[in-house]
Amino acid sequence: MGSPGAEPSGDGAGSVYDASMMNAPDPHALLDKAARATPEPLARRVRGLSDRVIAWLFIAPTIVLLLAINIFPLIWTIHLSFTNYRSNRPNAAVTNVGIDNYISVLTDPDIWAAMQATAHFLFWTILLQTVLGFTLAYLIDRRFRGYGFWTTVILIPMMLSPAVVGNFWAFLYQPQIGLFNYVVSFFTGIPTSSFEMIGSVKLAPWAIIIVDTWMWTPYVMLICLAGLRSIPNYIYEAAEVDRASPWRQFWSITLPMALPFIMLAVLFRGIENFKMFDMVNLLTSGGPGSTTEVASITLKREAFEKWRTGYSSAFAIVLFVTVFGLANIYVQALNRVKNR
Amino acid sequence: MKKLVCASLIAVSALLVFPSAVQAQTKTITLCWAAWDPANALVELSKDFTAKTGIQMKFEFVPWPNFADRFLNELNSKGKLCDVMIGDSQWIGGAAENGQYVKLNDFFAKEGIKMSDFMPATVLGYSEWPKNTPNYWALPAMGDSVGWTYRKDWFGRPEIKNEFKAKYKRDLAPPKTWDEFKQVAEFFQNRTIDGKKVYGAYIFTERGSEGITMGVTNVLYPYGFKYEDPKKPYAMNGFVNSPDSVKGLEFYKSLYKCCTPPGLTNAYMQEGLDAFKSGQVAMMMNWFAFFPGLYKDPNVGGDKIGFFINPSEKTKGVQLGGQGISVVAASPNRNEALQYIKWFATPEVQKKWWALGGYSCLKAVLQDPGFVKSAPFAKEFLESMDMVVDFWAEPSYAQLLLAMQKRVHDYVVADKGTAKEALDLLAADWTKVFKEEGKMK
Repeated sequence: MGSPGAEPSGDGAGSVYDASMMNAPDPHALLDKAARATPEPLARRVRGLSDRVIAWLFIAPTIVLLLAINIFPLIWTIHLSFTNYRSNRPNAAVTNVGIDNYISVLTDPDIWAAMQATAHFLFWTILLQTVLGFTLAYLIDRRFRGYGFWTTVILIPMMLSPAVVGNFWAFLYQPQIGLFNYVVSFFTGIPTSSFEMIGSVKLAPWAIIIVDTWMWTPYVMLICLAGLRSIPNYIYEAAEVDRASPWRQFWSITLPMALPFIMLAVLFRGIENFKMFDMVNLLTSGGPGSTTEVASITLKREAFEKWRTGYSSAFAIVLFVTVFGLANIYVQALNRVKNR
Repeated sequence: MKKLVCASLIAVSALLVFPSAVQAQTKTITLCWAAWDPANALVELSKDFTAKTGIQMKFEFVPWPNFADRFLNELNSKGKLCDVMIGDSQWIGGAAENGQYVKLNDFFAKEGIKMSDFMPATVLGYSEWPKNTPNYWALPAMGDSVGWTYRKDWFGRPEIKNEFKAKYKRDLAPPKTWDEFKQVAEFFQNRTIDGKKVYGAYIFTERGSEGITMGVTNVLYPYGFKYEDPKKPYAMNGFVNSPDSVKGLEFYKSLYKCCTPPGLTNAYMQEGLDAFKSGQVAMMMNWFAFFPGLYKDPNVGGDKIGFFINPSEKTKGVQLGGQGISVVAASPNRNEALQYIKWFATPEVQKKWWALGGYSCLKAVLQDPGFVKSAPFAKEFLESMDMVVDFWAEPSYAQLLLAMQKRVHDYVVADKGTAKEALDLLAADWTKVFKEEGKMK
């Protein structure tokens, strides 16, 4: 049963395809044809709506969800950050405290200690993961025999859950029975029980850096590999014709052309590690003392253990602004590199 | 046959159409607690309640590390998951002031449940808020405190006894003072027994929840630590950070350094049980609640295990554990939950509770002439309950607890600063919390 207004030849879909291929893409004509190709009641309804309305109808559910689960909580958090609200005391009077919470956050030495721990963790994990990830990608890109198999093997750690990783590395780091101490002892001769990776103030920050690097270097490698594979071969061929050395090719072709991808990987890892919680919580709970208490652990303690909702909202906003600001500056730099 | 089919169809339809009628007959209440040995005993015990009243029981047990997080969230959000809550003793202030528990005074009066029938320390610790006032928010349910286990078989070996006597000029026996304790721990540290290296003692060091606080207080109390000036509430300077308190904290650190297994930097109850069961340590700090299970352990239980109370020093003292049982204010099944409390308070049920592995707080059970011999740790439990001290039970207890976790762990495990500095900082943290609360000027 075709609609009365349908073209005599071909089906509706075919007509739409033809129009889009042969004529100028007039959206009104397309919509009209689409409406004519559909059963009459639907076509009548669609005919009454503009493109803009239909577009809004399609994206409305997403917008509503975004508002409900992202924007509203953000605005509510900003509101709470100016109050003394505690979510474990629903009956207590809530008063506006102005910027007191922000002042407390920014002058709290424990918060600064947590930010330092986060900065240390961020710097070393990003540095190590970038260097190792790019090196691995460079080697895998050589397409040696069995490279597919090794790529899969290397990717395994990033497929694991951080909770699983945190738990089994806690066992690996165990000074009496842990494999890590045995391996170190085997290569260095240091007795196995003479050092504690997660119990020592000096070693614990490195313990979490090692685990994060082990887990996420494959991710950086994957992005770098995509970058390396995107470099056309003819550029290398032209360089070889010009008798450029492999070293020169690396510095003048490979690295500059893969740089946007490397920077993208750094951005992703930076944002992820800034909010690192699960793995560190399982490995050290922020200890020994507060040595590995990164910002997200402090935030969780303030919000859901001490129940200082107003204060922790202010801290969350400070963290959000920091990440958002840094990420924006970084994205601008990334765009400049891409447009070079 | 046709009639039978028709009748069945009508019955099934009635069940589908009127589920509330069926539900009324099989009402269910949910009891929330921690996932540990006594909880299994309570499941067993509660079968009698269902048999007697027809009310079905559901249980929501959460492992200790997540226990407070999970159920305080539930209480704060006025969730309806739990009808009956066996919450930690320190929650009582917050739960009472925020209207999360039902006040039980009228119910107790109506049902003839007398708080004088329960051990005074448990009533104070688990039921009262404000403390030392007759305002009851829970029925003492599970008496508990920190206690010690030791390897009785190792202590009894002639060669070990002789060596100890030669070295310390006294018999090797469960220590009564902290100095004796340290001697014994040092004696066993790094000793080889049955071809295996063993260590002196296991103590709590956990950072994330409450572990190191629940451990260090067992040394601080006997050394003379006080939470506040007994004559002036919330005045902490000179009490929290008194010279005795400093000595106590230094002693705990020295114990951690000299006599514990390597890697004991973030360990609490379960890690202690693992260390003891695997034959790693000569003495273990842990809660009495675990002792029935340890006594039954095929490898280290029976004749191989002994129990002793927390050592003394200047005075006696031990950390109170345990919980009271409360009715959640947001529960839609309040009457059934109260029925459960009424049933649980009866002496017969309390006797069975103790027999199954729970720790009753009822005097009729504890003061029974046969009680002391009813379990190898019963005598020690009674002695401990006479010297218990609890942590703050204020509504802001979580902030107070986390401050202590941080300051003590920083000093003991992370070697940060001195004991005096740690306790000064702790007193300052606590003062700040009480000022925010409006309890101090």
